[in-house]
Amino acid sequence: MVTVPRQHIGDVLLRLEEVSLAFGGVKALSQVSFEVREREICAIIGPNGAGKSSLLNIINGVYHPSSGTVSFAGVARRSMRPHQAAASGIARTFQNIALFKGMTVLDNIMTGRNLKMRSPLLAQALYWGLAEREEIAHRRKVEEIIDFLQIEAIRKTPVGRLPYGLQKRVELARALAAEPRLLLLDEPMAGMNVEEKQDMCRFILDVNDELGVTVVLIEHDMAVVMDIADRVVVLDYGRKIADGPPDEVRRNPEVIAAYLGVATEADRRAVQSEAG
Amino acid sequence: MQFFFEVLIGGLLAGVMYSLVALGFVLIFKASGVFNFAQGAMVLFAALTFVSLEERGLPRWAALAATLLVMLLLALVIERAVLRPLVNQPAISLFMATIGLTFCIEGMAQGVWGSVVKGLDLGIPDTPLEVRGTLVSQFDLLAALAAGLLVAVLAFFFQVTRTGRALRAVADDHQAALSVGIPLRHIWGVVWAVAGAVALVAGLLWGARLGVQFALSVIALKALPVMFLGGLTSIAGAIVGGLLIGASEKLAEVYIGPALGGGIENWFPYVLVLLFLLFRPEGMFGEKRIDRV
Amino acid sequence: MIYREAGQFRTSYRADQRIFPIVQDRVVVGALLLVAFAGVPLFAPEYLITALLIQWLILSLATLGLNLLTGYAGQFSLGTGGFMAVGAFATYAFQLRAPSIPLLAAFALAGLCAAAVGVVFGLPSLRIRGLYLSVTTLAAQFFIEWLLTRVGWFTNYSASGVISAQRMVIAGVPIDTPARRYLLVLSIVALLALAAKNLVRSRTGRAWMAVRDMDIAAEVIGIPMLRTKLSAFAVSSFYCGVAGALWAYAFLGTVEPQAFDLDRSFRVLTMVIIGGAGSVLGSFLGAAFIVLFPIFLNQLLHGLFGDTLRPGLLPNIELFVFGSLIIFFLIVEPNGLARLWQIAKEKLRLWPFPH
Repeated sequence: MVTVPRQHIGDVLLRLEEVSLAFGGVKALSQVSFEVREREICAIIGPNGAGKSSLLNIINGVYHPSSGTVSFAGVARRSMRPHQAAASGIARTFQNIALFKGMTVLDNIMTGRNLKMRSPLLAQALYWGLAEREEIAHRRKVEEIIDFLQIEAIRKTPVGRLPYGLQKRVELARALAAEPRLLLLDEPMAGMNVEEKQDMCRFILDVNDELGVTVVLIEHDMAVVMDIADRVVVLDYGRKIADGPPDEVRRNPEVIAAYLGVATEADRRAVQSEAG
Repeated sequence: MQFFFEVLIGGLLAGVMYSLVALGFVLIFKASGVFNFAQGAMVLFAALTFVSLEERGLPRWAALAATLLVMLLLALVIERAVLRPLVNQPAISLFMATIGLTFCIEGMAQGVWGSVVKGLDLGIPDTPLEVRGTLVSQFDLLAALAAGLLVAVLAFFFQVTRTGRALRAVADDHQAALSVGIPLRHIWGVVWAVAGAVALVAGLLWGARLGVQFALSVIALKALPVMFLGGLTSIAGAIVGGLLIGASEKLAEVYIGPALGGGIENWFPYVLVLLFLLFRPEGMFGEKRIDRV
Repeated sequence: MIYREAGQFRTSYRADQRIFPIVQDRVVVGALLLVAFAGVPLFAPEYLITALLIQWLILSLATLGLNLLTGYAGQFSLGTGGFMAVGAFATYAFQLRAPSIPLLAAFALAGLCAAAVGVVFGLPSLRIRGLYLSVTTLAAQFFIEWLLTRVGWFTNYSASGVISAQRMVIAGVPIDTPARRYLLVLSIVALLALAAKNLVRSRTGRAWMAVRDMDIAAEVIGIPMLRTKLSAFAVSSFYCGVAGALWAYAFLGTVEPQAFDLDRSFRVLTMVIIGGAGSVLGSFLGAAFIVLFPIFLNQLLHGLFGDTLRPGLLPNIELFVFGSLIIFFLIVEPNGLARLWQIAKEKLRLWPFPH
């Protein structure tokens, strides 16, 4: 396992305080509190149905918590429309890819820049002049991201025709196009083979390192989580049962009981010796 | 006050007639997820066929049976030629296909039987009944009864029988229904045949009222606000919606109409439903659409 | 292919984002425009211009308008006729009561009136989605029809309800010959088509398509629902309004609500389906198809059956074939003639090789 030193981790960027979410009688989240610092990579793990996606939806404004507050960049709010979340610098990808199937890769990523584009309707209808300059400027930025994620060859392909792994990468590109401060990734490696996972890990680390983006990701693959996460938050039945660096979390008996099991033979002996 | 009740009851009974047409819509939508815009054309076609067969000398019962058979055949042809190739296409494609179907059926109906207005005499006396001082049309009452009976039968069919359950599954998800072994084609054939029969009943009643003419297919447009008000998948909604639309339309025409120059029944139901949908976008009894991302 | 496309490399984003990036395409389009602007008025027979070309161009404009709303932004609309009517009647009102406003400005203002109406009836689209939205546009269609028929102010209190369109004059030049009317219509349509193409490849077009494909995801990435949907209604209704004005002034010569009834809405929708939803070119192809189709069918049936057909039969056969064609296209190529054209070009590129 590789440990990458994280010297540039900054102040608290995202804070959840006693956040609860209920759908009718079903309690999806119960008083969850944790913090994410700037430039951290925080992984949220837990068994299926633990409320992980709901948590992301709350951070992002798609769901509104029944109680508790969410603070982003120092601004506390109970509920926020998704549009506002995007405007304040939160971007995300989705569990079931939410790309615009009728458009090309390039156009999809350009929609991520929509918030930053300003030219009025009439100027766009004319195109020549103001709108064209803006298009080209933003195209330039998007091409940087395309370069970064190595998807140049498919930029003119309609998204519907791409294989699953590439679609996930395009979705990541679209999220990055917004130049977010906080990136929420919902199971970014789901359905990928080993090589694709390694690529995606590398991209996430690069995004964090080079672009300084804070990452919160939901992931099931423990090897990935242990490898790239600075901190791990564990949810079970809507409650937070652990919160800390990966090493600490994996040795937490409650976590092991609920979810983790044991990773390798060596770890099992380590746990046994710790307990015994 | 008396006058108000007469208008109200007249409107309610007219509403029942709308519900009949809306029922055909709801049936097909409930069972196959297809919004059948051609329902109105089917009403016209059924009525025209019946009347024309009678004209050519067939006794009433034979004409009825023959028309029913024709509607059944139509249903089978539609299933084979239009629905089967479009399985699993987005709802909007299917809807537009039914628009094309409307043109086909209208062209066929008038091409084969001609477009002259024909009278349809069902043998129901049109002398108004007097109920506690208010005048009520006998015809309208009988139509309401027929509709009520039809609805009861259909509701039972859908909720209780196995085929009904299969139909509801199909309406929800074609692929899923296929994968549990529901014979889609048979089901759809059944549904469209039933809708055809409903269209026949509606056609007979409306035809007796208005005369059998092209305007019958325009009735379908009146049934649209009924459907949307009631919720696209609800039989109860089709009934209640029909009553509401029928009543409000007549009342508005009588009481608000003169102030605006008359003729408002063309758009009043639509604006009414529009305002309602703003508060409840899925209609009165419709299923709330849940979108997960 | 007739010409080689390979070997042309784009070295700037500007070049890559052109409407016609390939040189030969630009030449062909230029030639077409030359023929359209110069060749046709000089050499084409009058019948062609008055009966076909003007009709086709105006209907293409209406189809383009509907295509922007339904094909690009995914908002289903059956109110096209109504919005066209607003444009026609607004122009009439301006020409009648403010004759000092030049004709072209009147057209533009009429378009804006239609856009305003479109926005009003588009507001419900924020709550109501999918097929339920057809209620909104049907309400628009029927209400507008009723308003323009019943309220005398619009028809200048004419007894018959049918009013003649005023004569068109631009900068002192009367637009009364077919050639002049054709050039007027061609210029307006060409300009608006270019504007549409520009809109569609800009931020607005992408926002529309995002809302069409997955509106929840669109909202999450920051695309404003309200502004996007309303801009679609506004722009689409503007186009339909101008088309309606042109239809009344440059084609019919009269301003009547019957020309813009529900049947009109359905016809334009058919043009969108057959031509290709989500395609500017498709709008023109679809309109051409629908305009030419009855003529073609007429000739075919007369050729086959001579004059033995019952007189009332022909329009019904036409209706039947019309409906069948819609179904056929939806089954075989749901993306319409535009897609067929694309496929043809791709096949031509490889010809004579099969793949």
